Amino acid sequence: MNFSFTDEQEQLRQEARSFLARKPEPQWSELAELGWLGVSISEALGGAGLGFLEEAVLFEELGRALYAGPYFATVGLALPALGEEQLARVASGEERWSAEIDGLVPDLATVDWVVTEAGAARAEGETLSTMDETRQLGRLADGDRTPLAGSLDRSRTLAALACEAVGVAQQALDLAVEYVKDRQQFGRPIGVYQAVSHRLADTYVETELARSLAYWAAWCVAEGDEQARIAAAAAKAFASEAAVAACERAIQAHGGIGFTWEHVLHRYYKRAQWIEAFWGFPAALRAEVADWAMEGARDGVPVRVA
Amino acid sequence: MDLRDTPEEAAFRAEVRSWIQEHMPDELRGHRGGAARFEGEALRAWSRELSDAGYSGLTWPSEYGGRGAPYSFQAILFEEMARAEAPPHVGVIGLGMAGPTIMAHGTEEQKARYLPKILSAEEIWCQGFSEPNAGSDLAAVQTAVTLAPDGKRFVVDGQKVWSSFAHIADFCILVGRGDPEAPRYQNLTYVIVDMHASGVEVRPLRQITGEAEFNEIFFTDVEVPRENLLGEIGHGWQVAMTTLLHERGTLGFALTTTLEVGVRKLLALARERGADDPLTRDRIAREWIELQALKYTNYRSLTKLMQTGIPGPEGSGVKLHWSEQNQRLTKLALELHGPEAQLLDGETGGFWQFQQLRSRGNTIEAGTSEVLRNIIAERVLGLPRSR
Ligand SMILES: Cc1cc2nc3c(=O)[nH]c(=O)nc-3n(C[C@H](O)[C@H](O)[C@H](O)COP(=O)(O)OP(=O)(O)OC[C@H]3O[C@@H](n4cnc5c(N)ncnc54)[C@H](O)[C@@H]3O)c2cc1C
Repeated sequence: MNFSFTDEQEQLRQEARSFLARKPEPQWSELAELGWLGVSISEALGGAGLGFLEEAVLFEELGRALYAGPYFATVGLALPALGEEQLARVASGEERWSAEIDGLVPDLATVDWVVTEAGAARAEGETLSTMDETRQLGRLADGDRTPLAGSLDRSRTLAALACEAVGVAQQALDLAVEYVKDRQQFGRPIGVYQAVSHRLADTYVETELARSLAYWAAWCVAEGDEQARIAAAAAKAFASEAAVAACERAIQAHGGIGFTWEHVLHRYYKRAQWIEAFWGFPAALRAEVADWAMEGARDGVPVRVA
Repeated sequence: MDLRDTPEEAAFRAEVRSWIQEHMPDELRGHRGGAARFEGEALRAWSRELSDAGYSGLTWPSEYGGRGAPYSFQAILFEEMARAEAPPHVGVIGLGMAGPTIMAHGTEEQKARYLPKILSAEEIWCQGFSEPNAGSDLAAVQTAVTLAPDGKRFVVDGQKVWSSFAHIADFCILVGRGDPEAPRYQNLTYVIVDMHASGVEVRPLRQITGEAEFNEIFFTDVEVPRENLLGEIGHGWQVAMTTLLHERGTLGFALTTTLEVGVRKLLALARERGADDPLTRDRIAREWIELQALKYTNYRSLTKLMQTGIPGPEGSGVKLHWSEQNQRLTKLALELHGPEAQLLDGETGGFWQFQQLRSRGNTIEAGTSEVLRNIIAERVLGLPRSR
């Protein structure tokens, strides 16, 4: 049993974090140069030949930086449906993809192709105004659909979103902690007041629990483990709620500033809610978990394969 | 990252699983815990069996009667015990607090004298920290631990309270005021007190559950030999921190194990009662999900502990979350009983009614939830101190 990332994976995390701190809005071509687009694409197709755990690290860091490009749509959502030539073009940065889920397409305006149930479609249609402006949803126009080599992998996508939610929650917590150390009222930093600090302690605990679930789900996805479906549902349900709560508490801790358009917090808040709503709200995912856990034969406790 | 058992871990898991199957008496399955642990000999005998098989103090060094096994083995043992709903060893305070404190601060004589009998459940320990005027504020304890003029013994005078298992304990780890003149945090002394010594009086306190698991202890001119000192005179605070670190830290696994048994029983109850409304199922799923979250958080700190020797900070929230979740879970279980929820001699023999009431203590014992939130805010998040 070893539940930690490797040194190389931690190094990737550090690189991603410092790169995004310097450049929160990188060009797509820069992501290709960094090798982030082809992380799990084979070397023969121009990728790095790594796996979902490396991608999980990137989803978390991109969530933390609130990256606005179609990385999640391309890598987190569409990738498993694509054939070799398409994968090669993703790795090189030539093609961006998304997928149609529940009739809506994330980042429709900034991708080239869309995975639909009937096959690949050109990314043409109407972009809808969306609460989270950094990840707008669109509706596809009618048109030709060409068959695809693979299919979407919901567990993988939910695990990706869980990791992204952890990044969002952590950033909201960090912003709040910095603020309450500095801001003085009644002659003391507001972080001494327990009504403030205890909520942040709760955010800390929930973020760590969410992280544990997200990494568990990521591992299950990376290994093709039979628990992947249930782990991913559990992780996305818990982590997205934790991210929403983290943002709400951070906004409250900031007072009036937290309520402004100018402050970054509302954008994290909207991203957290975007994640919460996509491909199953927490309650819907918990219904899936309940069906599974309540099934007669289950003892409710996952059996780690020996 | 690999969540699978290594070959050694898998072999150990198989060994433990079949050992429990062979050795655990059926009537102990799903034991409700509490003071009932000490009624009759059954659980002491079970503890001794665990110890003889080398399953208590699994991670303790072999020179102290342990197995020197990696922490992952401890996790596997707990998991397998949860799967079988096997009751834990009765020596909760000895194994979880006194033992590790003696290993960290004790002399070789102390280790040889006390550790083996903690493992074998021959001697039961209690913890004399809290006093009527010093609970969350442990540094304010007033019980006097005074070195006698001959320098060969201490004299202990004062009162402790809420001391679990003191009524059946053989020894007490006690923190008291060693030097009334010294400043706060430098005035405490930590000693091992023989609970059978003259001048020690234990009065059981009846709890919310109706049973008496904790006690008042009165110490009147109790003589404690100098060799029972742990650490140095005036350094009791540092020694006590070791005890609390173990109480709140490494117990995370044990706590999650009890929760795992709780979730299994909850699922069984829900199936039996045909709980099929979406609201109830939503709440059940929440308990299952958060159990996994605690469990995998333990694995993360365990990995860090095995790699670096120090558990990561992520474990500091485990006791806090566990206690609140256990309160919520036990209430849900009562609700599933419907109108029979009040009945103490229903099908499950009052198991859930007892657990629900007992769970109220979870957010008070071993550091209240408020104190734990202070600790996370100040030591993990680096917020300014509230006091
Ligand atoms: C079931 C059970 C078993 C126990 N077993 C033992 C044992 O074996 N040995 C032992 O020594 N003790 C034991 N205790 C005692 C336990 O450690 C204390 O009850 C606990 O530390 C709280 O102390 P107190 O009861 O004096 O409450 P207080 O410290 O007076 O606290 C009362 C309330 O004030 C809050 N509070 C206090 N300080 C602060 C602060 N700084 N910020 C915010 N809120 C604060 C607390 O959170 C609590 O809600 C046990 C308790 C229980 C319930």
